[in-house]
Amino acid sequence: MNSQQTAAQPNDDSPIIIIENMHKWYGQFHVLKDINIAVSRGERIVICGSSGSGKSTLIRCINRLEEHQRGRIVVDGIELTNDLKNIEKIRAEVGMVFQHFNLFPHLTILENLTLGPIWVRKTPRREAEENAMYYLEKVRIAEQARKFPGQLSGGQQQRVAIARSLCMKPNVMLFDEPTSALDPEMVKEVLEVMISLAQDGMTMLVVSHEMGFAKSVAHRVMFMDGGEILEQNTPEEFFNNPRHDRTKLFLSQILD
Amino acid sequence: MTSITGSGGHAGRELGPPVTSIGVIGWVRANLCNGWLNTGLTLAVLYLLWATLPPFFNWALLDGNWFTSSEQCKASEGACWSVITANIRFILFGFYPHDLQWRPLLAVVILIVLLFLSRNRRFWGRGLLYGWLLGLFAMGLLLKGGMFGLVAVDSDNWGGLPLTLLLAVFGLAAAYPFGVVLALGRQSQMPVIKAFCVVYIELIRGVPLISMLFMSSVVFPLFLPEGMTLNKILRAQVAIILFTAAYIAEVVRGGLQGMNRGQYEAAESLGLNYFQTMRLIILPQALKIVIPPSVSILISAFKDTSLVVIIALYDLLKTTQTTLTDPKWMGYSAEAYLFLALIYFLCCYAMSNYSRKLEKELDTGH
Ligand SMILES: Nc1ncnc2c1ncn2[C@@H]1O[C@H](COP(=O)(O)OP(=O)(O)OP(=O)(O)O)[C@@H](O)[C@H]1O
Ligand SMILES: [Mg+2]
Repeated sequence: MNSQQTAAQPNDDSPIIIIENMHKWYGQFHVLKDINIAVSRGERIVICGSSGSGKSTLIRCINRLEEHQRGRIVVDGIELTNDLKNIEKIRAEVGMVFQHFNLFPHLTILENLTLGPIWVRKTPRREAEENAMYYLEKVRIAEQARKFPGQLSGGQQQRVAIARSLCMKPNVMLFDEPTSALDPEMVKEVLEVMISLAQDGMTMLVVSHEMGFAKSVAHRVMFMDGGEILEQNTPEEFFNNPRHDRTKLFLSQILD
Repeated sequence: MTSITGSGGHAGRELGPPVTSIGVIGWVRANLCNGWLNTGLTLAVLYLLWATLPPFFNWALLDGNWFTSSEQCKASEGACWSVITANIRFILFGFYPHDLQWRPLLAVVILIVLLFLSRNRRFWGRGLLYGWLLGLFAMGLLLKGGMFGLVAVDSDNWGGLPLTLLLAVFGLAAAYPFGVVLALGRQSQMPVIKAFCVVYIELIRGVPLISMLFMSSVVFPLFLPEGMTLNKILRAQVAIILFTAAYIAEVVRGGLQGMNRGQYEAAESLGLNYFQTMRLIILPQALKIVIPPSVSILISAFKDTSLVVIIALYDLLKTTQTTLTDPKWMGYSAEAYLFLALIYFLCCYAMSNYSRKLEKELDTGH
């Protein structure tokens, strides 16, 4: 389990992600308004908010799947600019898990996992495969290594997707509604994997409406509305004493 | 979850499907005789077959002449396959010097063996690549000569099957990757590259192949510097490549557009660059989707190589036609063209058969 610990270095207390006065527009539409976040190493943040509030856009800006137009984003000391080299470097450091898994359907599970390490990290194939098997064990799916994604259930696919990101040994993991495309009985197996990841000290930003997960794992919960971070707090405070009316309304809607 | 399926299997195993729905009777019932209209159509087709097949069979096989002289043919009612057998060497090799025709024959054999080996994806690797390089060199050497004690043969004398296969195999092999590059260019973010690809594709698709061939043989040499000439076969080859690539490009573009955004995003979020993303993630999937339409294009391009007759190249079609202008063998065009059709059919069938095999092999259940 020790190889996992490289992800978080608790002694280093400079923030791993800094977002300052960040704005983003789609054409005339102001999606993100003056976002300011500092994420320290090993911190776990859950982001929630109603549909269209900009949650996906926010975390996609962190690995440049979307471009921001104003302000600064610094990840692990590297500022996100139009410099392609920087972008590729940051993407290799930041793992991303999508709502719809986005596994590569023409490659086996094992090949899905070794692709990044072999081509981006230049890891020798054997080492990449051993490493991939380690993470497949970790998400409890090693026996499926030779299958194709299309032969797996949704929950299994999402666990493979998490393992695929972990194989790149990222310092930060981003999750965009990782369980919302899953049948209820599969949500649990994916959340368990995420919880064990949290226990290993991974820095995580999770867009999710799984409030149980937020309560047990998050250090901070953020509520987004209309492209702004309206409220953020520890899970206890956030759920017991929401300040804004919008937050109260949102919580009342999703809690029953 | 496994317990749900555990008990369901037994009932089905003992109760087989009713006899009439399986086997020959079931098939005939379901496909030929379900309803009056279908029964009537089936009978009509059976009558047509009965009226045409036996006479054809008699003409082609029972009364057919295989190795006779043209006089014997004239006296006979049946097909005169002798027109083929008597002229086979000219049909297959054109004006290539008679004594040296083992050379193009060997070149064709090498080509077919290499193509056959390449069918099997297990052989794909460095060995096969070297095999192709060596094979290409050997084929060029055999056809052209002028080295290692082989007499030089001018390319004006190349003709028949080797020429057709040469134009087709290298035309298609070069057009496909070029078409893929054009398709990627058309999707490009860079306006200049995109504009170039769009203009190229639209221009080429707006012009018939015949006029491209004419241009390549008549107009193009005008632009070459004084004293420099480009081989006629090469010019036709280039025209075929440029032409086919534009069509391949549009088919491939369709495949690229069918790709899910999520695949690009997943590849990018792993840190893969543009070329890696395309080569490892996008193209393998997109090209697989477009196998059937691409093969249609390749097959029609293969057949279109016969248009090179208009710039006086002696491909398989032209050598066959030339045989028929011989007074001795005039009037046996049915036999000659049937033979020609058979060769073309074999090649095209091999292509479509291979594409189906490939599709099945690449199927990963998504
Ligand atoms: N490519 C785009 N072009 C234009 N507008 C977009 C684009 N992508 C998203 N938007 C808009 O930006 C807003 C924020 O989108 P985003 O996907 O970030 O919302 P979200 O909070 O993730 O919502 P959900 O819970 O539905 O996933 C939405 O109003 C959406 O319509
Ligand atoms: Mg979203």
